[in-house]
Amino acid sequence: MLFLLQDGITNGAIYALLGLALVLVFAVTRVILIPQGEFVTYGALTYATLASGQVPGTARLAVAMGILALGFDLYAGRRSLRPAWIGRALATNILLPAAILVLTSSLADRQTPVAIDIALSLLIVGTIGLFLYRIAFAPIAHTSVLVLLIAAVGCHLALQGIGLVFFGAEGQRGPALSNAAFTIDPLRFTGQSIAVYAVTLALIAVLWLFFGFTLYGKALRATAVNRLGARLVGIRTGLSGQIAFLLAAVIGAISGILIVPITTLYYDTGFLIGLKGFVAAIIGGLVSYPLTAVAALLVGCVEAFSSFYASNFKEVIVFALIIPVLLLRSLATPAVEEEKD
Amino acid sequence: MGQRWPVLLFALAMAAVPFIPGMPPFWIVLLDNIGLSALVAMGLVLLTGVGGLTSFGQAAFCGFGAYATAVLSTTYGLSPWLTLPLSLLVSGVFAVALGLVTVRLSGHYLPLGTIAWGLGLFYLFSKLEFLGRNDGISGIPPLAILSLNMIDPGAIYFAIWTAVILCAWLTMNLLDSRTGRAIRALRRGHVAAEAFGVHPPRTKLLVFIYAAVLAGLSGWLYAHFQRAVNPTPFGAQAGIEYLFVAVVGGAGYVWGGVLGAAIVVVLKEVLQDYLPYVFHGEGQLETIVFGMMLVLLLQLAPSGVWPWLTARLPTRPNRKAVEASSALPVRKKAAPIDDVVLQVDHASKRFGGLIAVNDVTFDVGTREIVALIGPNGAGKSTTFNLITGILPASSGAISVLGERLHRMTPQAITKLGIARTFQHVKLVADMTVLENVAIGAHLRGHAGALASLFRLDRTDEAKLLGEAARQIERVGLSAQADTLAGNLSLGQQRIVEIARALCADPMLLLLDEPAAGLRQLEKQQLATLLRALRDGGMSVLLVEHDMGFVMGLADRIVVLDFGVRIAEGTPEKIRNNPEVIRAYLGAVT
Repeated sequence: MLFLLQDGITNGAIYALLGLALVLVFAVTRVILIPQGEFVTYGALTYATLASGQVPGTARLAVAMGILALGFDLYAGRRSLRPAWIGRALATNILLPAAILVLTSSLADRQTPVAIDIALSLLIVGTIGLFLYRIAFAPIAHTSVLVLLIAAVGCHLALQGIGLVFFGAEGQRGPALSNAAFTIDPLRFTGQSIAVYAVTLALIAVLWLFFGFTLYGKALRATAVNRLGARLVGIRTGLSGQIAFLLAAVIGAISGILIVPITTLYYDTGFLIGLKGFVAAIIGGLVSYPLTAVAALLVGCVEAFSSFYASNFKEVIVFALIIPVLLLRSLATPAVEEEKD
Repeated sequence: MGQRWPVLLFALAMAAVPFIPGMPPFWIVLLDNIGLSALVAMGLVLLTGVGGLTSFGQAAFCGFGAYATAVLSTTYGLSPWLTLPLSLLVSGVFAVALGLVTVRLSGHYLPLGTIAWGLGLFYLFSKLEFLGRNDGISGIPPLAILSLNMIDPGAIYFAIWTAVILCAWLTMNLLDSRTGRAIRALRRGHVAAEAFGVHPPRTKLLVFIYAAVLAGLSGWLYAHFQRAVNPTPFGAQAGIEYLFVAVVGGAGYVWGGVLGAAIVVVLKEVLQDYLPYVFHGEGQLETIVFGMMLVLLLQLAPSGVWPWLTARLPTRPNRKAVEASSALPVRKKAAPIDDVVLQVDHASKRFGGLIAVNDVTFDVGTREIVALIGPNGAGKSTTFNLITGILPASSGAISVLGERLHRMTPQAITKLGIARTFQHVKLVADMTVLENVAIGAHLRGHAGALASLFRLDRTDEAKLLGEAARQIERVGLSAQADTLAGNLSLGQQRIVEIARALCADPMLLLLDEPAAGLRQLEKQQLATLLRALRDGGMSVLLVEHDMGFVMGLADRIVVLDFGVRIAEGTPEKIRNNPEVIRAYLGAVT
């Protein structure tokens, strides 16, 4: 029993991280981030590839997306091309990913410490997140939640397919962050699972501090509440979207790096993990961070117990969990008139 | 109708395709797949494009249809023709169950809910013993007519495309009917549709079931075409792909579904054939291109290929023939005696600590125009919402001809003979004026969805449209009857709302700022119309800011300020009332 609970909490902590990222992105951009799972896979497999001494394809993907993003930037700003502005666009879209690629290639075949591999993975996936927003969502940021959702599904399909090209169909595992382990009868704690708890708690605290006490955090929250109002007081809402995606990508990648030493990850594993983060985020109503974290722990535990007692129907049970929650939510919030379309 | 000829031509062309000499059999297989996909997409067009309910779970309904016939025809040895109604029934029953849970979800919860049960059902298909787990069920008998077994793709081609064209015809019939107008009104919010008697949850469930049954039919055909089923084609990925098909083709158009299916199936085939040569890669390269194209499409042409295509064809004015001869039964008008139609008795409405309407009492008599005026925030629109049942009163009573409207739905109140217009115009922008106005007569028609599918609703429909045309003529917009409502000026849209309200055959007309946005001449015409209505036996209660308009028109005026009635009387009395002057111009000390 206890070990199931422990298992559930470890998984739940990961789902909590993903759920938080989903809430964050939805609150700021109204995008329901289906490709969150791909950030997990990319983070995990980039890390594993780096650890095995190769250059991951994601570094090249970041460069390609940067070039595309530059194209979007230039097209959007074609009426007012100032040298300083072009310089900045070049720096973020071309120089940044190129520098990361060069750095990755030069460090890949050497025996680098785990920390450097992790840092590189986060950099790579973070820039991918940044550019994903610029390319896929910024041009349609004003449209309905539904259009954004369908676009998110499109991104998921593309990124998952690219993941298969880069990482192949075989699963990978990465090196553990620490090999320490100790036992408190009857439970055995590995360094990895401790790391999972610690990182989750730390990230939740950081997010709370960021949104509660920094100007950028407050700007993001303002964008979430009223996009037009935020623009009128001088918040660059496009930038808010990019920051939200950057954060989500980094959080996704951290989750991936945390679990890749525990379970074998395949190019399409992320989708399922992401969806479970979703179940949690939806229970939290896509607005509440603490509720999402609690719900994620619940999802983890339900999963652990159902995989023990009814392993065949594990996924069925987890996804069926969402229906009564959705029903309660939409009954609790009276249907308001939706004029937007 | 002019719409029928292209369908017939298309059907003949499709029937001729297999007889073209030298037609590669592989193309026929492709056409089979297009047909199967088009059936599901057509359901999605109705559900998502027209009804505004996004579903990622349609593949699961294909699964119900396919698995139902697979089990029944292998394990129980039933004939495939016998399993057809059973397959559709299974899809339909599950649609009722899932629909009851799902369609109540609002906004973005709905598509998320469909993803969730879509995934759950996929895992269920792949884990259940009697469905053959991951291996599925094989050895399904082919369709057969007498001794003709439809084993080869060329034979089942006819079954598939008969189904596609039949379903397209049925779907078009459905959209062009009383129920169809209710479905099309769903997407633009509920309040207006509800005010004229449309029952949104029931209508949504109906569309949901219809789409599921179409998917079930596709699944049934698929099972007998492949003669084996396994869980993969019914998973979340497939569900996403069906939505993609509908969006590509044009989610608002029946033929957009068919076109989208053709584009996607052919594209997928081409990509699968050529991408590996270009990139030397392995696996799902086509999904990458697919995903990217979906994103690109949303940025460039969010309404799909079909409308883009039809906009480039020579347009034929699609005028609806309306017979004015057949008429609807008319409500008996109240006798022209000094009687009270509407009585508002000490009504209050509190929103938390805010009292929007505070102990307001007034009445409206027969053949009387009463104006409700007051500064912004005085509680005028809230009073309207209390009368029409959109908001429940916190205390007090509202009654119509002596009958209390306690906890009555807006639909029931409309039936009693109260019809309204809205301060913010609520018309369906992509429907014609005639169709918009016909929604007003929704409760006076009787034809249901089944009748309209098979065109048995035509006499009922002719009466509704005839009534709509008459009311449009009455308000003087006959020239615009076939224009899309969204293309009219704001003032004209307000007049259309009045025509829609008149279509409900009310005895009391509630008008929320009818003169706003009207030009001087239009205002005069409106006043003439309202006087004529009054003299014809109707009562009118209107909220209006245009004092010149109100003073010249109203028989009696009720003035609200901060939710309280501060004055009541003839325009002459109100004009000189010191309370009213203070409320509008501030305290004069």
